Amino acid sequence: MTVEEILFYAMSTVLVGAAVAVITVRNPVHAALALVLAFFATAFHWVMLEAEFLGILLVLVYVGAVMVLFLFVVMMLDINVARMREGFARFLPVGLVVAVGMMGLMAMVVGAGVFRIPGPERAAADHSNTAALGHLLYTEYVYPFEIAAVILLVAIIAAIVLTLRRRPGTLHLDPGRQARVRRNERVRMVKMHSEKQ
Amino acid sequence: MNLHLPDFAPVLPELTVMLMACAILVIDLFLPQERRHITYGLTQFTLLGGVALILVLATPDPRITFGGSYVADPLSDLLKSAVLLISAVVFLYARPYLQARELYKGEFYVLGLFGVLGMMVMISAHSLLTLYLGLELLALSLYALVAFNRDASAASESAMKYFVLGSIASGMLLYGMSLLYGITGSLNLTGVAAGIVAGLTSPDLNLALVFALAFVVVGIGFKLGAVPFHMWIPDVYHGAPTPVALFISAAPKIAGFAIAIRLLVDGLAPLQESWSGMLLVLAVLSLAIGNVVAIAQTNIKRMFAYSTIAHIGFVVMGLMVGNEQGYAAGMFYVLVYALMSAGGFGMIMLLSRKGFEADNLEDFKGLNDRSPWFAFVMLLLMFSMAGIPPTVGFYAKLAVLQSVIQADLIWLALFAVILSVIGAFYYLRVVKFMYFDKPVDDAPLTGSGDFNVVLSLNGLAMIALGLFPGVLMSLTAAVR
Repeated sequence: MTVEEILFYAMSTVLVGAAVAVITVRNPVHAALALVLAFFATAFHWVMLEAEFLGILLVLVYVGAVMVLFLFVVMMLDINVARMREGFARFLPVGLVVAVGMMGLMAMVVGAGVFRIPGPERAAADHSNTAALGHLLYTEYVYPFEIAAVILLVAIIAAIVLTLRRRPGTLHLDPGRQARVRRNERVRMVKMHSEKQ
Repeated sequence: MNLHLPDFAPVLPELTVMLMACAILVIDLFLPQERRHITYGLTQFTLLGGVALILVLATPDPRITFGGSYVADPLSDLLKSAVLLISAVVFLYARPYLQARELYKGEFYVLGLFGVLGMMVMISAHSLLTLYLGLELLALSLYALVAFNRDASAASESAMKYFVLGSIASGMLLYGMSLLYGITGSLNLTGVAAGIVAGLTSPDLNLALVFALAFVVVGIGFKLGAVPFHMWIPDVYHGAPTPVALFISAAPKIAGFAIAIRLLVDGLAPLQESWSGMLLVLAVLSLAIGNVVAIAQTNIKRMFAYSTIAHIGFVVMGLMVGNEQGYAAGMFYVLVYALMSAGGFGMIMLLSRKGFEADNLEDFKGLNDRSPWFAFVMLLLMFSMAGIPPTVGFYAKLAVLQSVIQADLIWLALFAVILSVIGAFYYLRVVKFMYFDKPVDDAPLTGSGDFNVVLSLNGLAMIALGLFPGVLMSLTAAVR
């Protein structure tokens, strides 16, 4: 076994273990942390496949941003774990049969010999796959890339439409109006007669 | 570094719709509620402008650009124009309903336009990647639209259902596509077809290809709403606000047909024997379940949902035949279906008013006493859905059946005819309610001038296209 193979199997074991932990542990915070571990193991695989950029991105974006947000949500929301896990044991046998059956079928049909694309050549040490990705995204795949951008825009609009509620009567400050305020709007000069003793 | 720009001319319609959607999004922010009609007007202008652009740019030769991601050919020109026109009609029908229910917001139009953009991308896709992204763009807009009336719990529930089932179906489709990419080494549909021809020589690859195909067919079946992937349709139609149900029922089915053509016919043509068999099962089940279950419905939106499933059975049957005649017949059917569905939901919206949804069959009782003209329009629509001559629905069914008979599947044609006759019962029941029963509610019909005119034209189109089916039929035959 080469070092690479040992590393591959070690990280794969971690990945599968972490993935199983995500759906089996009782505490949702632990589940989120197990998912972080799974992301790390996947990023490691990508780096081994010489897709360094994607590996780094996975850690930065998913672990650094998405999962942190997720942890916040899990901690802030009052999730009834017992209710969420209701029926887990009841549906487990059916789920297992379907999952094992699918896996068996897939292993039988999609063997190693099916994918005919030859593996890429090992790239030179100074090869930058960030530059290569950037080049492809903005030339050959610019059309799908732009559609993906539109999809993200729609996601933003949809999230706002579904959650934004304008409540009348809430107190909020308008900095523009604050800055535009004139002296006479706030200060009133009152002429008073001095009182005589 | 040599930089050569892709040919932008063919994508001008998509670009226009996208830029206008973004512009409308920003303009709408600065409009007070009483000037919301500007948003509406700009949306209609965009849709009709898109049609004009497509017609101006149309050429008989297919043009592929953006590194093989995009294709513009007569098929895409016809289907895109149809999608834009039907969507314009949908927005017109939706307006009075939205105004009466405090749902008249700019986001409805922006999300709708992005959905239309997604459909255009799907219709013009020439690579697996573009096709999938177009599908997701449409689906995401539709999920949000279904939940648009967020104070209605039925809408949120059906949106959730739609979202979960839709994500599973997208996952299936994506999995099938990734297998295809792994086997053929190409994302481009021409490349996929070439890779399959090369791969069919070895038996283990053959099995893997059929395996990938099964996932693709599941994905397409879900998007079209063919049995057994139809469970979302009745709930979504029932739970969504009526204008959104109308939007989902009409144009996206045309786009679904387009991706079936692109994927199965353009990309997976060498596997035609395999997918014909799969589609045959979908068609038979859709016809049976759609027509029989619709009889038991008392809610007209649910009835339309099952009727959609039955109509999709016919469309899939046309695809299943697997020759030019079958594709043309399927396309004719799906275009006619979109028009009928728009009219049917338009009638529901005509009868409903503030605080009252006319979504029960009972609400159509005695329509003839309230408005003889619109009872007649509904009669035309129902006759067309049932496939009674001389309406266009008859010719749509006839064209599909002809192609099925020529493929020597007499039993299938007989089965389809028998189930259509069973299905005619629930369409004719609506006609019976309208003409022979006493009205249960006497409120005057709402509906502004443009709404009434377009709805009347929609109903009359059923008979006009029925008298001259050759116009549309020659169009569909020419692009295939």
